[in-house]
Amino acid sequence: MRTIQRTHGFDRSQLRDAAAIAAAMIAVGASFGAIAIAYGLPAWVPFMMSTVVFAGGAQFLAIGLFAAGNPFAAVFAGLLLNARHIPFGMAIGSTMGTGWRRLLGSHVMTDEVVAFTLAEDDPVRRRRTYWLMGITLFTSWNAGTLLGVLLGSAVGDYEALGLDAAFPAALIALILPSLRDKATRVVALTGTAIAVAVTPVLPAGLPVLCALLGLLTLIRFGRGREA
Amino acid sequence: MLFAAILVLGIGTYTMRLGGVLLRERLTLSPALQRLLPMAAAALLAALAGTATLMAGSGFAGIARPAGVAVGALLAWRRAPFVVVVIAAAAVAALLRLAGVD
Repeated sequence: MRTIQRTHGFDRSQLRDAAAIAAAMIAVGASFGAIAIAYGLPAWVPFMMSTVVFAGGAQFLAIGLFAAGNPFAAVFAGLLLNARHIPFGMAIGSTMGTGWRRLLGSHVMTDEVVAFTLAEDDPVRRRRTYWLMGITLFTSWNAGTLLGVLLGSAVGDYEALGLDAAFPAALIALILPSLRDKATRVVALTGTAIAVAVTPVLPAGLPVLCALLGLLTLIRFGRGREA
Repeated sequence: MLFAAILVLGIGTYTMRLGGVLLRERLTLSPALQRLLPMAAAALLAALAGTATLMAGSGFAGIARPAGVAVGALLAWRRAPFVVVVIAAAAVAALLRLAGVD
């Protein structure tokens, strides 16, 4: 874990993480904006999605289905993919504060923000990390969207830049600390195997939720420990 | 139609975000459940990473993307800085494609 520092402000490693993820978000957000334009959607669509929905995976999924002319599927699959925010919210609780802070702060809850927040042990650092990452991601994601819309199809070939590999690699880097716990690792890897295996046969969004079946491995673990 | 669909998706997503947070406050969670929830989150994130690495739609993603992610994962495992992990993954995938391997 990082150096414990209870003074005001952020330490260097937090700011470096925030800058790195902001750069990545600008690039991925730009791809999103450019792809939306390439699909022939009006320019307000990517902007509205990046501010009102603010969930990268669901946004990519939804524009594909919007472009295919199926808004019902887009809403359904998007909500299904975003259902993971319920356990995320339960895991971090009111880390962001109460009252208006909770109402506003909940909106910037994303995979990356949750992962960074859960990596901190100290409650003060947790709150600070949540807001730093939440605001950084919201700002950079929307700046990226604007950039992508402006560049139009110029960034459209995001696969040539390898950006499709950047997103999962970033997620893996974020969850690795929690995977050093053996039970968590078994749950996560089993869940991932299930999700990948069912991807060809289930509608988009459902396979990731099937990863929760990985929790069933705990039944064996729990019994072994208590017996 | 498009406007309404995005609005419903946005409101639904926000409700789930806030809902999870509020549920946590209303319910007193047992220590077992408190241990379970971060695990559930880790499983979902790992599955998101896994499917985004290996699958494109309902088919296999090919070679370049998984290879790039594998290099990134290895670097992360060796505790390389976050930005190095991300750039290396993208660079490996991009270079493989440049070399005609997809």
